[in-house]
Amino acid sequence: MSGAFRTATFRTPTGGRIDRSRPLRFSFDGTSYTGLAGDTLASGLLANGVHLMGRSFKYHRPRGLLAAGAEEPNALVTVVRDQARYTPNLRASQVELYDGLTAHSQNRWPSLGFDVGAINDLLSPLFPAGFYYKTFMWPRRAWKSLYEPTIRAAAGLGRAPAHADPDRYANRYAHCDVLVVGGGPAGLAAAQAAAAGGARVILCDEQAQFGGSLLADASSTTTAAGGAWLARTLESLRGNTRVTLLPRSTAFGYFPHNLVAVNQRVTEHLAHPASEQPRERCWQVRAREVVLATGAIERPLVFPGNDRPGIMLASAARSLLNRYAVIPGRRALLITACDEAYRTALELHQAGVAIALIGDVRARADGPWAEAARSAGLPLQTQCTVLGTRGRLRVSAVRVARLDADRRMLGREQTHSCDLLLMSGGFTPSVHLHSQSRGKLAWDDIVQCYIPAQPAERTRSAGACRGVFAPAAVLDDGAAAGGAAARDAAVRDLGATAPGPAVEVATPARDPAMAGFAGALPQPHAQLGAKAFVDWQNDVTTRDLALATREGFVSIEHIKRYTTTGMATDQGKTSNLNALGFVSQRLDKAIAEVGLTTFRMPYTPVSFGSFAGFARGELFDPVRTTPIHDWAARHGAVFEDVSLWKRARHFPEAGEDMHAAVARECRAVRAACGIFDASTLGKIEVVGPDAVNFMNRLYANAWNTLAVGRCRYGVLLREDGFLLDDGVVARTAEDRLHVTTTTGGAARVLAMMEDYLQTEWRELRVWLTSTTEQWAVIALQGPLSRRVLQGLVEDIDLSAAALPHMGVARGRICGLPMLLFRVSFTGELGFEVNVPADFALEAWEAICQAGAAHGITPYGTEAMHVLRAEKGYITIGQETDGTVTPDDVGLGWAIGRNKPDFVGKRSLARPAMSATGRKQLVGLLTADPGSVLEEGSQVMTPGQPRPIGHVTSSYHSPTLQRSIALAMIADGRARIGQTLSVPGGAGDVPVTVSSSVFYDPKGERLNG
Amino acid sequence: MLLINCPYCGTRPELEFAYGGQAHVARPPDPALLEAQPWADFLYMRDNVRGVHAERWRHTHGCGRFFNALRDTTSDRFIATYRSGDAAPQAPADDTKVAP
Repeated sequence: MSGAFRTATFRTPTGGRIDRSRPLRFSFDGTSYTGLAGDTLASGLLANGVHLMGRSFKYHRPRGLLAAGAEEPNALVTVVRDQARYTPNLRASQVELYDGLTAHSQNRWPSLGFDVGAINDLLSPLFPAGFYYKTFMWPRRAWKSLYEPTIRAAAGLGRAPAHADPDRYANRYAHCDVLVVGGGPAGLAAAQAAAAGGARVILCDEQAQFGGSLLADASSTTTAAGGAWLARTLESLRGNTRVTLLPRSTAFGYFPHNLVAVNQRVTEHLAHPASEQPRERCWQVRAREVVLATGAIERPLVFPGNDRPGIMLASAARSLLNRYAVIPGRRALLITACDEAYRTALELHQAGVAIALIGDVRARADGPWAEAARSAGLPLQTQCTVLGTRGRLRVSAVRVARLDADRRMLGREQTHSCDLLLMSGGFTPSVHLHSQSRGKLAWDDIVQCYIPAQPAERTRSAGACRGVFAPAAVLDDGAAAGGAAARDAAVRDLGATAPGPAVEVATPARDPAMAGFAGALPQPHAQLGAKAFVDWQNDVTTRDLALATREGFVSIEHIKRYTTTGMATDQGKTSNLNALGFVSQRLDKAIAEVGLTTFRMPYTPVSFGSFAGFARGELFDPVRTTPIHDWAARHGAVFEDVSLWKRARHFPEAGEDMHAAVARECRAVRAACGIFDASTLGKIEVVGPDAVNFMNRLYANAWNTLAVGRCRYGVLLREDGFLLDDGVVARTAEDRLHVTTTTGGAARVLAMMEDYLQTEWRELRVWLTSTTEQWAVIALQGPLSRRVLQGLVEDIDLSAAALPHMGVARGRICGLPMLLFRVSFTGELGFEVNVPADFALEAWEAICQAGAAHGITPYGTEAMHVLRAEKGYITIGQETDGTVTPDDVGLGWAIGRNKPDFVGKRSLARPAMSATGRKQLVGLLTADPGSVLEEGSQVMTPGQPRPIGHVTSSYHSPTLQRSIALAMIADGRARIGQTLSVPGGAGDVPVTVSSSVFYDPKGERLNG
Repeated sequence: MLLINCPYCGTRPELEFAYGGQAHVARPPDPALLEAQPWADFLYMRDNVRGVHAERWRHTHGCGRFFNALRDTTSDRFIATYRSGDAAPQAPADDTKVAP
């Protein structure tokens, strides 16, 4: 940009908190503008005379800026850095300008100035509250295919970015004595008092600059309570190492025990963010005491045509003028129910803005600011109301009238031309966080709004957020809250469960001049035509609310949902109290009786990135890998997720698909030898003089008879008698059991063991240790597996006589310590080599080398499943579903029936557990050997309408060269030989019920 | 997020703990002697308290110990925590007056 920088047309020559030496270029909808450092997007646009910033949600009405802060409902924009950094629905009033900022308006086509969707405004009689409940009833099918997509496309806000978010988001925990939320006068005074009391303080504010309402004060009115005080206080806080100042940080959620979530925007305001900086940081602040100094939001007034660009809150105009040195219009009309607006009128007047009229809704206006306005010669009328407005893309005229108490016109209506219409309906305290924390709210008749009552947390509200508005009173209120918080923080322990005194709340001094107005401005006759908006963001008008009350809604919660008032992304910051006021007028009930809707987090929208923080991509969930993982990856393994583990599913060779790889792996196990990484099995060491006794009480099996050096298949039930887990249990010493669990069940089983040991059988001397990660397990399965191990194992006789099936021995392999199990989950001769995890890879590679001559083949979980299904071995969670007894799946033999008690025994004795009709494990053979059933399919009796069971496991068996399936079928064992059918996508598949053991039914091979 | 006072470790955030159901539901000493109804009651019937509830918690991501707590289900406040096997402390008569 050239040196000839020109002050934008609507910028005052002096004043403001902007840096006139630092012009910033930005673009909005493709047009370039120049703003100044310190501007927001909204103030930058208004400095260039751009008032039209958006289209409304439902009627696509032209909209301009309504407010200067977080409450802005209209000026929602998309800020684009690139296609991945494409952020929709940002409030222009809160977007800090940086050089090169690119923004777009939303919800318009083809352009903001001419939007086809505005036809909705003309058709609005078709779209009253709840129209979609009433209109799109028929045909029913069209809802999903036509109505809903069309409505969604027509309504709505910005679009989501099309690319993944490339930025980094950080999380941070913090602790402090006093957290002060809000850096306005009350918050600053509170932080200063708390720091003076010795407290560690965190002060956060959503804006870039601290000061809150002081920032909107004219520099000419800087007093001890204004700019100078602000500068001095900030300097003292910055110099205090026990105070942390967090600007651009919104406290958006209040959680139990004073945990406050704070969203800090770290780089959003920078033209060129440094790559090492996170874009946002989510703070979780645990504070001993909290001071809420969240201020108040000015209420709009509700009258016909109150939503045109150029119609805004008086406080917004004041902030634009004094903070951003922007003249929001040349000729202003103010309509007010509160003394504050007079100050705005005076300041605008001094800045050269013509004041067409100050219309006061009230019968009297005799506060000091009103008197000052009169003295300055500003035109003023009381008992005023607005009948309507004109202007398409900017307000051009306002029709006003005076009404008496019975709504009769006093004199004639007048039309004033103006390009700025300011509203002030009084101030609504921002009680969001207090309410989120479950603190009570009380209706206050003096200031006519809800203010915080008894808090539920260690929290205090101070200043405008509890109805205290006078500057000096605000500072006193803040200082008192901060000082008390510091005193309490010094003596109260937040986590203490002993009851202590609650935070005491003294009723603040309130000023009735701040009462304002809630509801719709009175009109001389029943209104027709122009809409009077209550909720700008969701396009809810008085007519919608009137319709809801006419249709019988009386609860404000129902009215809210029916009309969607207060349900937009601004959560009704500007609309809720007016909606309440209007409904209370309609129902002829006091506002306090109508109630209040619930405040929920977040206070303002928070990005998903901020919530996710570091927990995305690889860090989304922990990944568990075995010591063999890298070897498997190098050998082409395809992995699958089993709980948090990565397990090798199969090892395809060149040109193989999964089917071919699994078939080859299965054949190798049946014919020669397979090697399998079973390290993910859960392992628990149960140790102590009462270890066997403990296992007797917990597991269904009898453990007394398990000799040292032997292992047994163990069955664990819940107290309700249903299978919870299974696994091989070895007795490695008199007082020591090595318990294995399913991969996914390890934590569950250990927790259950701890539960019984700690709470039911506290007398038992047993200690439990998880050894899952300590032992790696290398399964060697197949007729040649003994031969492979022979040369590697020391100290153990591998012969069938010395180490029979279900034998366990300690020894060494390749010189490494080993616990060797002779077990089989394939039906073949098999061993499981347990070695300390650090030695696992060495042992694995040695076995592979020794096995090469015998055709050793690594196999994955898919082959493991095929092999176990061929043998009818169950998998917990596949054959079982929490309603299956041991007998249902043919494990009745494992139960220690002679034991007096074990977990689940009493339940197994219930008649229902052995009644006929229970589903039992059987095999299913399809008539077509090539047809593999879908797992989860229902199984039907031909001609009967109800299924009698379901398919639990289904594979192609390379060994049997046909499909096999396991199923749970009602009275299945009695149905062996019967023909049933399994419905599928290609029609019913006939199946024959068989034994669940398809291969080697006598079990001879594992004794080889 | 609540703070929970583990009787063994002290005050820790809720995330470290796992809920363990109603407290003081002892496993019958000899279930085989029980009729169906009392056994069903033990298995399935639990209090659904509006107010002070005695319940089990486990400091899963800490010491791993089970302990008991009195919690007000209306305010979600912990009134007391105590070791398994200890009797429940007396809850204050009017719990609504309890500060967080």
